[in-house]
Amino acid sequence: MTSSHRGSGPAVTVDGLRKSYGSFTAVDGIGFEIARGETFALLGPNGAGKSTTVEILEGYRERSGGEVSVLGADPRHATLEWKARIGIVLQQTGESGNVTVREQLTHFAGLYPHPRDVDEVIAAVGLEQKDKTRIKSLSGGQRRRVDVALGVIGRPELLFLDEPTTGFDPEARRQFWELIRTLSREGTTIVLTTHYLDEAAQLSDRAAVIAGGRLIDIGPVHELGSAEARVPLVRWRETESSAVREQRTLEPARFVAGLVAEHGEPAELEVIRPSLEDIYLELVGAAEAEAAA
Amino acid sequence: MSTTILTPGPLTGTTRESHFGPLRALRLGVRRIGYETKLYFRAGDTVFFTFLFPVVLLGIFSVAFGGLGNVGANPDGSGGISQAAYYLPGMIAAGILLSGVQNLGVDIAMERGDGTLKRLAGTPLPVISYFIGKMGQVLVTSLAQVILLLLLARVAFGVALPTEPAKWLTFVWVYLLGIVTAAVLGIAISRLPRSGKSASAVIIPPLLVLQFISGVYLSFALLPEWLQNIASIFPLKWIAQGMRAALLPDSFASAEAGGSWNLPGVAIALGIWLVVGLVVCRVTFRWIRKDS
Ligand SMILES: Nc1ncnc2c1ncn2[C@@H]1O[C@H](COP(=O)(O)OP(=O)(O)O)[C@@H](O)[C@H]1O
Ligand SMILES: [Mg+2]
Repeated sequence: MTSSHRGSGPAVTVDGLRKSYGSFTAVDGIGFEIARGETFALLGPNGAGKSTTVEILEGYRERSGGEVSVLGADPRHATLEWKARIGIVLQQTGESGNVTVREQLTHFAGLYPHPRDVDEVIAAVGLEQKDKTRIKSLSGGQRRRVDVALGVIGRPELLFLDEPTTGFDPEARRQFWELIRTLSREGTTIVLTTHYLDEAAQLSDRAAVIAGGRLIDIGPVHELGSAEARVPLVRWRETESSAVREQRTLEPARFVAGLVAEHGEPAELEVIRPSLEDIYLELVGAAEAEAAA
Repeated sequence: MSTTILTPGPLTGTTRESHFGPLRALRLGVRRIGYETKLYFRAGDTVFFTFLFPVVLLGIFSVAFGGLGNVGANPDGSGGISQAAYYLPGMIAAGILLSGVQNLGVDIAMERGDGTLKRLAGTPLPVISYFIGKMGQVLVTSLAQVILLLLLARVAFGVALPTEPAKWLTFVWVYLLGIVTAAVLGIAISRLPRSGKSASAVIIPPLLVLQFISGVYLSFALLPEWLQNIASIFPLKWIAQGMRAALLPDSFASAEAGGSWNLPGVAIALGIWLVVGLVVCRVTFRWIRKDS
């Protein structure tokens, strides 16, 4: 194993990445590092710049500024050797589709030096019953599974998945999660773009939240958001007709006990422990409000 | 739910550099030929409009104009060649144009539009292997088409094919130079359509006009001189002329512009187009339009 191949540095390094389409800046100075073997999620609303970022890492798009290193190389100068080490699932399914699932996987397996077994991959994405079906006759969710299968068939060291579970039914999604966990256990580095929080929470070690082309937070999914955002919220009305009141407190039970002692039973009392989703929405909302201001 | 566990295996760290050399490119190219050819025959519309079209036209022309008698006959009606024999070279030339330029021009533009090229760009498939696959597919399908045309002419319409080896030698080199040039030009013009959906609409009509002015459907000698001059810029006229030289009796040479087959002219014109096509491919071919 030469150092140029399985180096020990991070799988992905991004520093000050910028991308403009004409006068529009889609990615505005993003930076992060992804360790080898890590599963990393890029979270953000539609148009945040996730696909732009990922496709720059994959070598599909030119960047306007900043530094990028993927498996030790600049994706601008992608070689065949480098491409053999990464797997790509694009956001857009693209397929003329006059070929069966098995034919397509067999053909693509042949492009890689150490492909996975075609039968195993077909089984892992749950298409055993459809392996002799032409891709154009598959449902949207089934085609998406073919995309995922094609992304992993080459036994990549680094796998990019851009909104991979779009169109999946709940079972297909669970099965996909299982596949990703298996790949991760084998040591595959995974970069996952999603706007499903539960997916990021289920799969990723860390997540970066981007909105409006900027990185607004990064860290383990359960630690996203400010400490403040995770503080429980008590909401109530003093009487049926008075306005709703809110209070954030680390001791909601004590606070409610105080309320009762003071005013008697409050109306419509709620104690809310912000969910991941609440925290995320607040993060993104705040970033967007700031961008609009 | 089946939670299949994938067999763990070594990651791709120990791959030697030589694995990515020219031999691999060739091997993958050959594999692409099979894949591409399979896909070609599965697309019903290309099979009709590029593969069977000249065959069907040869049948129609031979039957429809059969009543007009032989071409180049003596005043008493003897001698000359049948309509089928007269149209055969033109239909082979049209087949070369369709199997090369039209087929690849539309095919690659659609592959660019539907994301196939983008997907391939993300794999370690060398561009040259992709081209080998396309060229091979053109060669295989076009050979089948030519054999079908020759068989139809011979078996159904009793066309006497040449017996002189020199004629067949002409046939072989005109065919090979023609089909390779057509395939390269097909790859070159696949950049023109802005989308996969518009590919057929952008590429097919000009090629159809070209077929009419290049002596495929209409006798070249009957066209006005200015139209002949325009047609002479393009390769189809030269392919058709070379095919006439190979398949028609030499007495027909006097009907050509300049009164001869002008085979050197055929070689030069096609050679220039081949080089131009290769340069355009080399300069303009990209897996994807970056940033799109
Ligand atoms: N090729 C392009 N040309 C112009 N604008 C683009 C292009 N691709 C993306 N954009 C714009 O850049 C922004 C980010 O897009 P994208 O990276 O696709 O976001 P995401 O994947 O997070 O939904 C969007 O506003 C989008 O409209
Ligand atoms: Mg996207």
